[in-house]
Amino acid sequence: MKTILAVVGGALALFLTIAMFGGAGWTHPPMAVKQTGFRGTGMDLIRTRAGNEALSEANRAPAPADPADAGGDKASAVYENVQVLGDLSAEQFNRVMVSMTEWVAPQQGCTYCHSTENMASDELYQKRVARRMLQMTQYINASWKENHVHEAGVTCYTCHRGNPVPANIWFDRPVQGAGRFIPRNNSQNLASAEVGNTSLPYDVYQAFYQHKETSEDAVRVNATTALPETKGKPIQDAEKTFAIMISMSQSLGVNCTFCHNTRSVAQWDTSTPNRVHAWYGIRMVRDLNQDYMTPLTSTFPTNRLGVLGDAPKINCATCHNGANKPLNGANVIGPYPELSHPTIEASLPTGEAKDPIPGTQTPALKPTKP
Amino acid sequence: MAMLSFERKYRIRGGTLLGGDLFDFWVGPFFVGFFGVVGLFFTVLGTALVIYGAAIGPTWNVWQINIAPPDISYGLKLAPLKEGGLWQIITFCALGSFVSWALREVEICRKLGIGYHVPAAFGMAIFAYFTLVVIRPFLMGAWGYGFPYGILSHLDWVSNTGYQYLHFHYNPAHMLAVTFFFTTTLALAMHGGLILSATNPAKGETVKTPEHEDTFFRDTIGYSIGTLGVHRLGLFLALAAGFWSAVCIVISGPFWTQGWPQWWGWWLNLPVWG
Repeated sequence: MKTILAVVGGALALFLTIAMFGGAGWTHPPMAVKQTGFRGTGMDLIRTRAGNEALSEANRAPAPADPADAGGDKASAVYENVQVLGDLSAEQFNRVMVSMTEWVAPQQGCTYCHSTENMASDELYQKRVARRMLQMTQYINASWKENHVHEAGVTCYTCHRGNPVPANIWFDRPVQGAGRFIPRNNSQNLASAEVGNTSLPYDVYQAFYQHKETSEDAVRVNATTALPETKGKPIQDAEKTFAIMISMSQSLGVNCTFCHNTRSVAQWDTSTPNRVHAWYGIRMVRDLNQDYMTPLTSTFPTNRLGVLGDAPKINCATCHNGANKPLNGANVIGPYPELSHPTIEASLPTGEAKDPIPGTQTPALKPTKP
Repeated sequence: MAMLSFERKYRIRGGTLLGGDLFDFWVGPFFVGFFGVVGLFFTVLGTALVIYGAAIGPTWNVWQINIAPPDISYGLKLAPLKEGGLWQIITFCALGSFVSWALREVEICRKLGIGYHVPAAFGMAIFAYFTLVVIRPFLMGAWGYGFPYGILSHLDWVSNTGYQYLHFHYNPAHMLAVTFFFTTTLALAMHGGLILSATNPAKGETVKTPEHEDTFFRDTIGYSIGTLGVHRLGLFLALAAGFWSAVCIVISGPFWTQGWPQWWGWWLNLPVWG
């Protein structure tokens, strides 16, 4: 009996050791690194040179289309039902349409959004969503230029990367029961990919990224006074904060010290300027989810919605895709000035869903590979 | 300092590794030896440089004095004295004095004809420090990855270096190291308690022997490791704590760049979960 147990135990240990060495994804030097704080503070970006090159390669911005002639008839005169980009020349308008196809639906082509019978028809929900997305792009590039996207700007490609549905989106997650003894699991202890395989709460996007009116100190759990003056926040809030921070780190392919000197994570004057960008980024994401994504809930067909019937939503990874600057910080908006500012005032109506395209499935939430 | 009558018998010539008879003498109770001299040299020089570093720094507040390593951009080159060069020389002095101390212990062991367990054990501590300030910076490609010398500043470094991997408690080698540190203190407390209990019986009773000590553990946990074995165990636990500390930091960066929680993907991906 003893021998059998020893052999079984030895085999198990050997198997686990092999799995650990072969399956974890170990890396090796040489390192490519960037210091983010004063020397000796341990504030550095930790990447291997190979990993850094692969990341930069995976986030290469596509070449912009050749500029089109601004003269000639306007798009609104040549085509019917051009609501957002009607002021462009027909040639400029076609250039944007071709670019959008390459950015969003390179395999599906024009007919992903347009009815083949009548290109002007709003029959397909994709076209109505795309129109709102055009407005969203313009809004980001105008209203969030100063505080978040800067000169680089965003285009459809920043998030879509050639996919009709961007790879990194999120849906509300139902609270799961935790088995017989506990009625709910407090949304944690599941090794969730969103929060880097930790046991921390996985429903943090709902908590922090959904509403514009989220309290300004929702993320802050540290006390602001040396001694407690009021009842502090519960440990569950601290876990949520840690979870959202891990999610942000993964989304940007950075670690905590990219923004914080962790000797006191809450203190602004010892943080790096990156933290300011991130602070505005959180506000931007709330803004976009509330004003652009959630209102599309009834426009999307059911197979585009989450299990709780909510619209796909945005988080840091949606644009960043594992890089601290999306598309390596390339100026993508320069060649597309028509997307850099709102061209019409109204929030265009998007209508109801009626025609899900057979065979298109909502992708499951994918972990970000930093 | 007074010398006990029997001490002189153990103070014999020879056994030195270097220097022959030249430094083979005692100052008061202390054996000197070649490595005592070298060790003293590095200690005095290193300490003086720390004080110099404090003098040219912004504060004399002992908590805040900070001798920081060079910027990462210097790579493995020497840096100007005031921009990390001081740290480099102090690191050299520290290693010089630690190693001298260990070799002085070796010479004393040789004089006494005992094993090298004590210097070997101290060697593990030196190895852990060497890993932190030489092996890992070398693998990472810059001295700037070493930790700064300062009471608070080195704690900030520990915090930030931990958070470079999002949640350092998920580092498997860190888990082992922490477990061994706690187990060491547990074992030492149990051993110390047991010896004191056997030598401090109730009033009127005689002092008890190792048989009693063994029986105590046989009765409680079914097994006693024995009088010699407990010291082997203690040495192993303590050395393992230091060894896994060195491992947990040397794998962080050179061999793992993501968060440590993500490392556990191999476990989550085992084919047995279905």
